[in-house]
Amino acid sequence: MGQASCYHCGLPIPAGVDLSVTIDGEARAVCCIGCQAVAQAIVANGLADYYRQRDALPESPREAMPRVLDDLKLYDHADFQKSFVRALGEHEREAALIIEGITCAACIWLNERHLAALPGVTGVDINYSTRRARVRWDETRLQLSDILAAIVAIGYRAHPYDVARQEALAHRERRSALWRLFVAGFGMMQVMMYAVPAYLAGEGEMSADIEALLRWASLVLTLPVILYSAAPFFRGALRDLRLRRVGMDVPVALGVGAAFAASLWATLSGSGEVYFDSVTMFIFFLLGGRYLEMTARQRAVSVTEALARLRPAFAARVPGFPAVRTVERVVVDDLAPQDVVLVRPGETIPADGCVLEGTSGVDESLLSGESAPVTKAPGDALTGGAVNVDSPLYFRVEQIGEATRLSAILRLMERAAMEKPQLVALADRIAGRFLEVLLLLAAAVAVAWSFVDPARMLWVTVSVLVVTCPCALSLATPVALTIASGALARLGVLATRGHAIETLARATHFVFDKTGTLTTGEMRLLDTLPLGERDRDACMALAASIEQASEHPLGRALRQAAAGMPLADVSEVAGVPGAGMSARMDGRAVRIGRLAYVGEIHGQALPEAAAAFAQSDDTVIALGDDTGWLALFRLGDAVRPEAAAMLAALRADGRELVLLSGDSARVARRVADALGIATVIAEASPQDKHAYVSGLQADGAVVAMVGDGVNDAPVLALAQVSVAMGSGSQLARTQADLVLLSDRLTAVAQAYRLARRGLAIIRQNLVWAFVYNIVALPLAMAGWVTPWLAGIGMSGSSLLVVLNSLRLQRSERHEKPWKSSIS
Amino acid sequence: MEILYLLIPLSVVLVFIIGAAFWWSLRSGQYDDLEGPGYRVLRDDDGVRK
Repeated sequence: MGQASCYHCGLPIPAGVDLSVTIDGEARAVCCIGCQAVAQAIVANGLADYYRQRDALPESPREAMPRVLDDLKLYDHADFQKSFVRALGEHEREAALIIEGITCAACIWLNERHLAALPGVTGVDINYSTRRARVRWDETRLQLSDILAAIVAIGYRAHPYDVARQEALAHRERRSALWRLFVAGFGMMQVMMYAVPAYLAGEGEMSADIEALLRWASLVLTLPVILYSAAPFFRGALRDLRLRRVGMDVPVALGVGAAFAASLWATLSGSGEVYFDSVTMFIFFLLGGRYLEMTARQRAVSVTEALARLRPAFAARVPGFPAVRTVERVVVDDLAPQDVVLVRPGETIPADGCVLEGTSGVDESLLSGESAPVTKAPGDALTGGAVNVDSPLYFRVEQIGEATRLSAILRLMERAAMEKPQLVALADRIAGRFLEVLLLLAAAVAVAWSFVDPARMLWVTVSVLVVTCPCALSLATPVALTIASGALARLGVLATRGHAIETLARATHFVFDKTGTLTTGEMRLLDTLPLGERDRDACMALAASIEQASEHPLGRALRQAAAGMPLADVSEVAGVPGAGMSARMDGRAVRIGRLAYVGEIHGQALPEAAAAFAQSDDTVIALGDDTGWLALFRLGDAVRPEAAAMLAALRADGRELVLLSGDSARVARRVADALGIATVIAEASPQDKHAYVSGLQADGAVVAMVGDGVNDAPVLALAQVSVAMGSGSQLARTQADLVLLSDRLTAVAQAYRLARRGLAIIRQNLVWAFVYNIVALPLAMAGWVTPWLAGIGMSGSSLLVVLNSLRLQRSERHEKPWKSSIS
Repeated sequence: MEILYLLIPLSVVLVFIIGAAFWWSLRSGQYDDLEGPGYRVLRDDDGVRK
């Protein structure tokens, strides 16, 4: 090679520098110590393949190397890490990073291989489209700065991921797309002006030099369109070819390139036809289609961004609480657990915690999909990101940063975005095949037309290449899935894995856990049987009065049932652990608790009618005074009020419903009967549950499991698609494909409907894409489609797919949850 | 018709000038918010300026 350039970064080698690296047995000259170090690191790690696979040169590390390494040490600081690193296990950590300098798919490969080879790194996952990486490592063996240094060593830069940076990136993308579109549009209009005379003038009416002038003017204006506006197509095609695969951009680049080259030759030689007008118009329509697609896509994914933006920047800390109420403004990152924070009405709650003082409505709609504000009183848990609506609240911070529920939600959503659903992978494969066939077909068309009519050969071939580009085909599935998960998030259902939506739509059996899922999982007063002269309400009020200060779950359930009733005047309240409570009212001894304990004070047997009542799987407690029994209360786990509606909706859709419970058969049966579930599997251990579900699956069922507890986690993992209650155990939530953020069960039925609609829309999209291609291909081959028409056809078909998918977002707002919309 | 020899190159130059003007307006963020400035006219806080 003549002028020496650096083998690694491609910059010219300065005079007097003599450095080299041995790659694949050959000495390669490099320009600086930085590049040498980088190249050596790459080779030493057995990653020399990178040099064969890369299709873009990396940025030179020359400036960055030594100085950056010092800065990296800062990243090991625990305070700095808390916003983007979270603990997975005792020593395992996970960081969200954004990697700069990724220009091609080979860069992803290089980074993933290089990091995975570090001792102590347990996982690396890099997303090409967002340039985001998730790295997991063992803290005892490795520091975060070592990982970052490893990334720097091969010539990339890693930053902690932050939303603002990502937003700036999207903004830049939008701006440059608009500018490319403008250049193409403006070029198109002006080139058309110059083309019109050539179309209108008859043979010999226009002098040759005027015609040449018009052609040159067209050429000058087409150049920026080709070089700038169409650059993404060429770049994409080049990347695909380097990786030896055929992508969407290849036929477009071929078509545009061929038409432009022919026109260029015609202009320079002064003979033949020019197609500058077609070329510019074609690029304009293609870019227009892409721009609209991009805006639609960015709007659809904005739910995630909206969630990320929920966390406020500042918080009002009250260090002297409760004695001194002076407030100091602090950055939210500086909050620590146990801090007391004041949230005024209209402000966003900065972290997870527990209310200390004040009662107020809190709007959690973005987090849970629950539209009505939830009332929070002292002792209630607050979720960071929710908005305080009514009055000031003092609360104690319990979780901050990455440990909060909001951060967990965001991470789950990111994970879903990282996984490529099988449906999309399949569509990509089909589209790839299709493209290969298409290129062969185009070549055949070119040969055929060169015999039939050589003058029309070029643009017929270009039209064939362009009109059949399977963009719509490859867009059909991912766009619909993306929009569907956005719509799900608004319902308060989080799709945490890529395949969740398609599998949910195919579910044939819905299997429910009982406790905590169909029921609230808390003690409630189910029934009251008055036995004395006092009526129901009076007994409840009396019981609640005695239990006023009790923290026992039964006492709380009684208080809740009697809320709003006038309390009786009781005194000398005392508790007997394991038995009940005693008190004095109007000079009489009153007791509440176990039947035997209450029976002691009056010595009467339980009346006949009450004996049946007491025979129950639920907890029965008695109330009595020294003259006799007053009442019996039955307390138990109450069915969630919306469970029946949800199950009815699923049944109306023809789904099989199963109740799978570890509880006693009688309790499970009663709940199932109340809700109309025919199949009940009770007294099931986690192993039984597992066996039952795998039995269903062996019979070909697609099982959707809805559960909440630790005992459900294995079954959740086994079922094809699993739904966890947001209030359920952490383990259940991480196993689940879908998480119900609010405990509103009706969302399960809504999500099912939405997933079904999503799948239907994907099917429509695919049918449309195939029909379009099948109709357009023969027309183009017959020479009835001009290149610009082909451009409109292709953009139009992709756009139709995007718009069709957007219907998922729109109709969901009008549709009543479980009444089929008849419209 | 000789005037065409002047006008056509002139139109090409003009296209580039207009293109540059659009590029500048895009760069200076004039397309970032297409709705806000319309409302800003209606607001009464003319006096408060940074």
